[in-house]
Amino acid sequence: MKRSRIVLLKTVVWIGCLLPLASLVQRAVTNTLGPDPTAEIASVTGLTALWMLVATLSVSPLRAISPRLSWLIQLRRLIGLFVFFYATLHMLTWLGLYAGFDLNTVKTDILKRRFIIMGVTTYLLLLPLTATSTTWAIRKMGGKNWNRLHMLIYVAALTAMVHYWWKVKTGVISPAPYTVVVLLLLGVRPVLAGARKRKARAAVAA
Amino acid sequence: MLIGKNPDIPSSEITPQRSYEWYLSRRKFLRGAMTTGAAALGAERLAEVFSPSTAAKADTKLQTVKSPLTTTGEQLTSFEDITHYNNFYEFGVDKDAPARNAGGLPTRLWTVKVEGKVKTPKTFDIEVLLKLRPLEDRVYRHRCVEAWSMVIPWVGYSLSEFIKECDPLPSAKFVQFLSYFDSKVEKWYGEDATIVWPYSEGLRMDEAMNPLTLLTFGLYGQVLPNQDGAPVRIVVPWKYGYKSAKSIVAVRFLDKMPRTTWNDQAPNEYGFYSNVNPNVDHPRWSQKTERRIGQAFYAQRKGTLMFNGYSDLVASMYNGMDLKKNY
Repeated sequence: MKRSRIVLLKTVVWIGCLLPLASLVQRAVTNTLGPDPTAEIASVTGLTALWMLVATLSVSPLRAISPRLSWLIQLRRLIGLFVFFYATLHMLTWLGLYAGFDLNTVKTDILKRRFIIMGVTTYLLLLPLTATSTTWAIRKMGGKNWNRLHMLIYVAALTAMVHYWWKVKTGVISPAPYTVVVLLLLGVRPVLAGARKRKARAAVAA
Repeated sequence: MLIGKNPDIPSSEITPQRSYEWYLSRRKFLRGAMTTGAAALGAERLAEVFSPSTAAKADTKLQTVKSPLTTTGEQLTSFEDITHYNNFYEFGVDKDAPARNAGGLPTRLWTVKVEGKVKTPKTFDIEVLLKLRPLEDRVYRHRCVEAWSMVIPWVGYSLSEFIKECDPLPSAKFVQFLSYFDSKVEKWYGEDATIVWPYSEGLRMDEAMNPLTLLTFGLYGQVLPNQDGAPVRIVVPWKYGYKSAKSIVAVRFLDKMPRTTWNDQAPNEYGFYSNVNPNVDHPRWSQKTERRIGQAFYAQRKGTLMFNGYSDLVASMYNGMDLKKNY
């Protein structure tokens, strides 16, 4: 794909990724966040981070399915950084609007509440990925090490899922769609890797 | 003290009754106008054309008297928020789902069965229940276990007055309330939740007889909207919201503690008593504070009060009980 088209595409994705935040700000200013604005902010930031994480996870399988989609890789880092951005807003919602930046409340939350523990774990898993997102870091670490480290995103996808399940009331199954999609995207990876290996072997044999 | 003071006028007089009726009819008008493209025409008269329920509203207004048990000094939550942000899982788990889906509740032909440890089982027609005692305006704080709260002007009379008409036997130690359930009407009951219906809740006899416990028929001076538990529900203001069963069809007097829906779902999270208690956290979140519905996001947080602020009238029922164990 031509460089100019990539730039255009990245611009569009940038703007698209900022839309959920823009809409939140607009609704906060016009006081239209609904009856429970705190919960709405928490839910929008959390779900946006989750769906963007799903988007980054779908890049590799889509590329494996068709080489014509290989340009998707150019967008993955951008979306990945937005996952971190919305996860940060989600964390700040908890720290500020729920815990009122009260250290004791935050401490008991972390010590006692398993869904908070899972949320914080997910966030901590995203930190090294964000820190090593620069081209410089990739070069410095070497592709192999970098790839190994970034497999943490699979763990983060799972802990985010558990965080969501533990947050909703027992018997409520609204996290189910996300769970299915994430498990599919993770489960398809070994299958695609197997297919790739077979192909390579066939090529060598020929 | 927030309760016990006698207000000079019934709350239906001081609430913005007119403004929200206007608001509702305006909304309906706009909806009608959009479909017909008549947006520019005289709003007031068209509102009546497009919204026959504006005229029917006259019937939905309830005759009420004031009550010394009303809570004062709190800003009321708007009618719009009370009716568009609530849990009624038979109609879906989203907060706005009940408002969308509860239209089919057959609230006109409604009876409440009285069974169990009573002299003789009886069935009360809703029309009879409405006239059993004078309907009172009672403003109560409402605290959901999910840590959000409202201030709601309910209409009803003390459940104890109804229980007197039921002639319970001395062996009756508990009261169970069963909510309406029809999978054809409440098609959303299994969409996002796995719960055994019908919804069941219960109180100890002394709790049921406490004058604060309200047999509720309306809010904001008019009959309950379907999504808020029409045509008759229980309101127990010192307990978490789910104890206040909606759209009840049966009242059972029992010698044993009844099963209750959320206790069945997660016994470690939702006890039988479920008294509002800032000192006993939900396993998954703190109950020390709450978010007042309808406030701006930076102004929502409030401290939660023991027994939701009704200690004076209810605390003595739990003397000597370990409320950490009996959550």
